[in-house]
Amino acid sequence: MTAALETDTALGKPIRRKEDAHLLHGQTNWTDNIQLPGTVHMAILRSPMAHAKITKLDVSGALKQPGVVAAYGAKELGDLNGGVPCVWPVTDDIKMPAFPALAIDKVRQVGDCVAVVLATSVAAAVDALDSIVVSYDQLPAVTDMEAALESGSALVHDEIETNACYVYKMPCGDYEASRAKADVVVARRFINQRLIPTFMEPRSVVAAPMGMSDEITIWSSTQIPHVLRVLLALVTGIPENNLRVVAPDVGGGFGGKLQCYREEILVTNLAKKLGRPVKWTETRSENMVATHHGRDQIQDIEIAATKDGKILGLKVTLLANMGAYLQIITPGVPLLGMFMYPAIYKMDSYDFTCTGVFTNKTPTDAYRGAGRPESTYAIERIVDELAAEIGMEPMELRKKNWIKHEEFPFTTVAGLTYDTGNYEAATEKALAMFDYDGLRAEQAQRRAAGDPVQLGIGISTFTEMCGLAPSRTLGALKYVAGGWEHCTVRALPTGKIEVVTGTSPHGQGHETAWSQIASSILGVPVEDIEVIHSDTGRAPYGMDTYGSRSLAVGGQAIKAASERLVEKARVIAAHQLECSASDLEFVNGSFQVKGDPSKSQALGAVAFEAFTAHNLPPGVEPTLQAEATIDPEDFSYPHGTHLAALEVDTETGQVKLRKYVCVDDVGMQVNPMIVEGQVHGGVAQGIAQALFEGAEYDDDGNLLTASLADYLIPSAADLPSFETGSTVTPSTTHPLGTKGVGEAGAIASTPAIINGIVDALRHLGVTDVAMPASPQTVWRTIQAAKGGAK
Amino acid sequence: MAHISVTVDGTSYQGEVEPRKLLVHWLREDIGRVGTVVGCDTSNCGACTVLLNGRSVKSCSVLAVQADGCEVTTIQGLADGNDWHPVQTAFKECHGLQCGYCTPGMVMAAVDLLSENPTPSESEIREGLEGNLCRCTGYHNIVKSVAYAADLMSAGPTKGAK
Ligand code: FES
Ligand code: FES
Repeated sequence: MTAALETDTALGKPIRRKEDAHLLHGQTNWTDNIQLPGTVHMAILRSPMAHAKITKLDVSGALKQPGVVAAYGAKELGDLNGGVPCVWPVTDDIKMPAFPALAIDKVRQVGDCVAVVLATSVAAAVDALDSIVVSYDQLPAVTDMEAALESGSALVHDEIETNACYVYKMPCGDYEASRAKADVVVARRFINQRLIPTFMEPRSVVAAPMGMSDEITIWSSTQIPHVLRVLLALVTGIPENNLRVVAPDVGGGFGGKLQCYREEILVTNLAKKLGRPVKWTETRSENMVATHHGRDQIQDIEIAATKDGKILGLKVTLLANMGAYLQIITPGVPLLGMFMYPAIYKMDSYDFTCTGVFTNKTPTDAYRGAGRPESTYAIERIVDELAAEIGMEPMELRKKNWIKHEEFPFTTVAGLTYDTGNYEAATEKALAMFDYDGLRAEQAQRRAAGDPVQLGIGISTFTEMCGLAPSRTLGALKYVAGGWEHCTVRALPTGKIEVVTGTSPHGQGHETAWSQIASSILGVPVEDIEVIHSDTGRAPYGMDTYGSRSLAVGGQAIKAASERLVEKARVIAAHQLECSASDLEFVNGSFQVKGDPSKSQALGAVAFEAFTAHNLPPGVEPTLQAEATIDPEDFSYPHGTHLAALEVDTETGQVKLRKYVCVDDVGMQVNPMIVEGQVHGGVAQGIAQALFEGAEYDDDGNLLTASLADYLIPSAADLPSFETGSTVTPSTTHPLGTKGVGEAGAIASTPAIINGIVDALRHLGVTDVAMPASPQTVWRTIQAAKGGAK
Repeated sequence: MAHISVTVDGTSYQGEVEPRKLLVHWLREDIGRVGTVVGCDTSNCGACTVLLNGRSVKSCSVLAVQADGCEVTTIQGLADGNDWHPVQTAFKECHGLQCGYCTPGMVMAAVDLLSENPTPSESEIREGLEGNLCRCTGYHNIVKSVAYAADLMSAGPTKGAK
């Protein structure tokens, strides 16, 4: 069932997490807990308007308020008003307007930063914002992507003379020829609505000059301390070797903390300018407008097939909402989906076009799955629509078109080579767990009886690409950074092990899982291994945590470094035991002379010898450590089959998720308990997109869902328990056989839910339901279909 | 400024506080009990949940002055020192937390739920925790944790997490 590893090591076991003791006792170190002497607190005056000229800004009144130390607008800040970086210019002619931390002359989204106050307490800083004089000249807000592209539209950025950020095309094969050959062409427009990541710990950042050197330490609630350090150095001009970035306990991210935010830039620059610690923690209401959003695409999808259900070609035309500015990988997110629209299906041609569009809304960027939830939603929805069109059972249609187990490795029409997969096995297992046939029979019964509560069955047979990833591939896509990961493993003189990783966890349990990997190779108990992470001072090299990469990429580096350490130790042990290195076998953390188990030396003893260096073999340097930097051969391709049974009340539009079964294949599992937890959380977020969440704006560009009272993330009462299972088809491009798991659930579950709702209502003439499928939306959809049918 | 005297996790604290100060801010800023956290500004998330005279409250919806003369129990005082309350044990055993940010509130809400209803059904657990949001776990393992804690507590006092 789970990680069937033939081993008595820690690998593959559901070991309880090391992280939990401090988290469960409130002995935590969230960034907002940090209180340094002399700290000044930053409060931000944010734009209440989506699009306006700043006609007047006078911060001097704030300076007279009690406790206020400084106040700045863009003019006062001058050169210290850094620009927010974008590292993914996807085309040569992409428009990349400046994104100053404090708005200069014009605001372009509700929540744009206009001025800051620094004071000795949070309350004093916030109170003093009232004393800033600011006036705006309101401009028409650009809120609709299609209208934004019409000539004569108001412009988000006047200087680029268009709201089109870029157009990216990837034609694969001859779609028009496929279309001409096809018996059936099904076209749909899907709206993948805007979401707000809503990690539970609001962002927080503290920057402090450290006094005894030129170092500035920055604690930030971030997923990317290493990348952030590089970017802050580039943006602020502070030498990189004077910056130390620490991500202490971080309360969730989901892509939302994969960013170099304007507040991080401001706090860093102001700490340097003022020569004292500066701190800022966002309120939830700030978070809703100022933390980047996700998704927000209009997807025009066309699929061409024969009448017996062979898929011939797929055409995808996207409008992708960038929001008001480009942040770290804003333009690239749709391209992470681009490769995955063909998903698990074989076809002759695929035509992709994406237009990035500026609007007066919060910038979008990575949110759990980043591009792949959007593509998976579109393909899994259109496959169901095709099945309905030709009158074929939707699972049968999938089986007919998916890549067969024996066809791997398989190069898809989009040009990716999937190394392994077994869609048959995962599907078979899921169908059995779900009682697919039984539920189909119940569905038929309810339909025949005219039951007001109809049953729908939703399918999602997904795959995704993750484990970002081969640096060459990222470079070819014009992504500015690489995709490698680093690890150093040290055996300390006392026998304890340090695993220094470049990954940066915020809930994923790396301390436990990485210990398991190292333990399995070093033979040292998990408890004796300390995982050091998320601090560029202690773990200097890394590319951090996003894109389900930490295990897929970072795990390989841990494996390689641990193995190298054993090889160095072997040479020392052989010298001590007066034999040749090849005469030694390494068993349970100890080097033993083959054939003479009485002669052995434990790894800890070797480490002590390496420390004293009294008796090392010639040419061997003291200390016992090894490092590895791994750039993977390819992405990894997890897949799975998710099935949802939903009861839809046709009289009220109420949707009840009755049963959710998923079988995921994430390759070898280091810790199946953690894997399951990742699947649960991902599935819940995907269900939330389908049923509950959506960032709503009015025509003036005001975010209407700007608090947790208005933006509905589900509670325990809104969700069922999930039935999870797994198959294990190891990745062949990743030496541990692992694939990524962090995003899979969120990628898979959204279409399963909507397919299920449509399936419940199809006999009423319903062919689509908008997300989030609230009772009101579902009820209206039913009414419209009824009206249309008559 | 108003004078208050509050017992927090068994220790008595006295101090002057601004009448507008929320209990959670007083806990975090004035007396350094930073185990209790803030997740929202609309009293929706429950991250700040503590026990006030034994009953769970969102400490962002109580003024510090309202806690004058009361006993507050936070996640930091639920068990003595390094001991584990059965609810804490259960959350570890059932992987009821990932990032852990919702956890202080979730655990305190669960303690209150179980004191009201020592043998809750799955749906009673789900309804009972409705005021506490978690973005990581999908609640599946939180629900399991609370059910397991109920078992542990009905089996008598436990020692230590596994
Ligand atoms: S902080 Fe969200 S309910 Fe108290
Ligand atoms: S564990 Fe992260 S919010 Fe609940």
